[in-house]
Amino acid sequence: MDAFSHVWQPVRLTLELAAITTAALLVIATPLAWWLARSKAGWKEIVAAVVQLPMVLPPTVLGFYLLIALGPDGPGGWVASLWGARTLAFTFWGLVIGSIFASMPFVVQPIRNAFAAVGDRPMEVAATLRASPARAFWTVALPLASPGLLSGAVLGFAHTVGEFGVVLMIGGAIPGRTKVMSTAIFDYVETMQWREANILAGLMVAFAFVVILSMILIEKRFARMRG
Amino acid sequence: MSQSPGTHPHTIRAAFRGTLGKFALDAGFSAPAKGVTALFGPSGCGKTTVLRCIAGLNRLADGVCDIDGDVWQDRDGTFLPTHRRPLGYVFQEASLFPHLTVRKNLLFGAPRGDAGKNNPVAFDEVTDLLGVTPLLDRSPRNLSGGERQRVAIGRALLSQPKLLLMDEPLSALDRVTKSEILPFLERLRDRLSLPIVYITHDIAEVERLADQVVLMEKGRVLAAGPLADLQSDPSLPLATARDAAVTLDTTVEAYDRAYGLLTLTVRGSRFFVPATPSPVGERRRIRIISTDVSLTRAPPGPSSILNLSPGRIVSAKPIDSNEIVAVVALGSDGEGARVLSRLTRKSWDELRLGVDVAVFAQVKAVALGPGRGE
Repeated sequence: MDAFSHVWQPVRLTLELAAITTAALLVIATPLAWWLARSKAGWKEIVAAVVQLPMVLPPTVLGFYLLIALGPDGPGGWVASLWGARTLAFTFWGLVIGSIFASMPFVVQPIRNAFAAVGDRPMEVAATLRASPARAFWTVALPLASPGLLSGAVLGFAHTVGEFGVVLMIGGAIPGRTKVMSTAIFDYVETMQWREANILAGLMVAFAFVVILSMILIEKRFARMRG
Repeated sequence: MSQSPGTHPHTIRAAFRGTLGKFALDAGFSAPAKGVTALFGPSGCGKTTVLRCIAGLNRLADGVCDIDGDVWQDRDGTFLPTHRRPLGYVFQEASLFPHLTVRKNLLFGAPRGDAGKNNPVAFDEVTDLLGVTPLLDRSPRNLSGGERQRVAIGRALLSQPKLLLMDEPLSALDRVTKSEILPFLERLRDRLSLPIVYITHDIAEVERLADQVVLMEKGRVLAAGPLADLQSDPSLPLATARDAAVTLDTTVEAYDRAYGLLTLTVRGSRFFVPATPSPVGERRRIRIISTDVSLTRAPPGPSSILNLSPGRIVSAKPIDSNEIVAVVALGSDGEGARVLSRLTRKSWDELRLGVDVAVFAQVKAVALGPGRGE
């Protein structure tokens, strides 16, 4: 098997993981960010701090707790028992759950900032124009915050692709199931498959560049929208 | 105010008491639900808070808001959320939605489908009235300040409100743009039978637009009533201000083409005003500045002053030790419209003026002409 077809499997798995994680994160993080941006409750910053924890925790710590939670004695094991499995650890869906926690702060923060930048006024204007709170959210707040949602999605996707420690702790590196690009590179290096490691590493560099560039362009568009 | 419980048709009744942040508000007024009601007072006196309470954007538990027979808020806990109140709100800054075109901004609050079939305010009428037809497909980002504010007014009107609330809609604009929008507001007032509550701290806007005034100071209402009544009440600060004036709504009686003079009638008197032709019967508002009105005890001989009207002094108030402002009811019976005359105490004493004294009030016609009285 030539090197390119060999590395394809981890690349595909990584893209699947990142896409599913990002979609799930947008659904979870958007209402959470909305609440964090708009609520007047004092304790919301405690929630915000908890959400931000993975940013400063060593991935091994996060991975350790996730391993326990996903394992046979944790809630993950209970969920797995629904279809007769013993654990969510070392499975693809376990990786999705872990990635959601690990990447959450990178998605919540830009969306929260975008909602905060929209401010009260457009929502008040919408209300004076008979828009219910739900309609105002969909037709005013979301479109105005869309650059923030876009940067949240890009950052969440990129961070999921780049996550190594958590993935290694809760996923191992089972080919076709949990062996994503970052862990695959580690394996290739350990087994001295420099050519494969090189291809994956090069892809990651190119990807990171595209991410950074698109972030800059989104930021520019955001500035124009506000101006 | 009526003692009967329940609602009050054709009336705007609003009363709010409580604190918002550090600001204490205890303001209530009631006004006819027609024409323009100006909330007038210095910055920080609570005008905006009252308007936001009427709109339901702020909520004070101790509040009553009853618009033309519909209860929007009551002390029993009734509180309609803003989006269920049939109102239009024009904010100080236009606050257009930047992600929508002018057309979509205008239509944002317009009833859709069957509900929109019998709209009293039609799209084309509003865009024409406000002169925004050429802007429809533009983005709000590319509009001037005046254009934006006109779109914001149109957007509020097209939501088919029963009450239009305007919070200093002109204050963020420069003088030229202001004078470009004021005529639109006047047309609005005259063409649509929509009650407007209008906040301003600029007496010139009150004089041009208002029918009723609610005078506010430090979170309270000093007085409320028809504009001319408040202007001619010497116990209120309006009458003793340096630029005090009364505004009179007059009817065009005739036009003298040879001299370019309009004859305007008002209760108890008539005025000659140099002006462009106006159709007979049209309503015209004139402004008579207190320092332009002089008083005599006997009808003068030949004079250059065209406007001479008998009247009676109904009240007077010293402004300082040198000057007095007198309120004169026009007409030989002293039952007509009231004007203010600001004069020196020396004149007051030498003419032996006083309350109930019959006088003649004189106003130069040019003092009522373009750029002065109008």
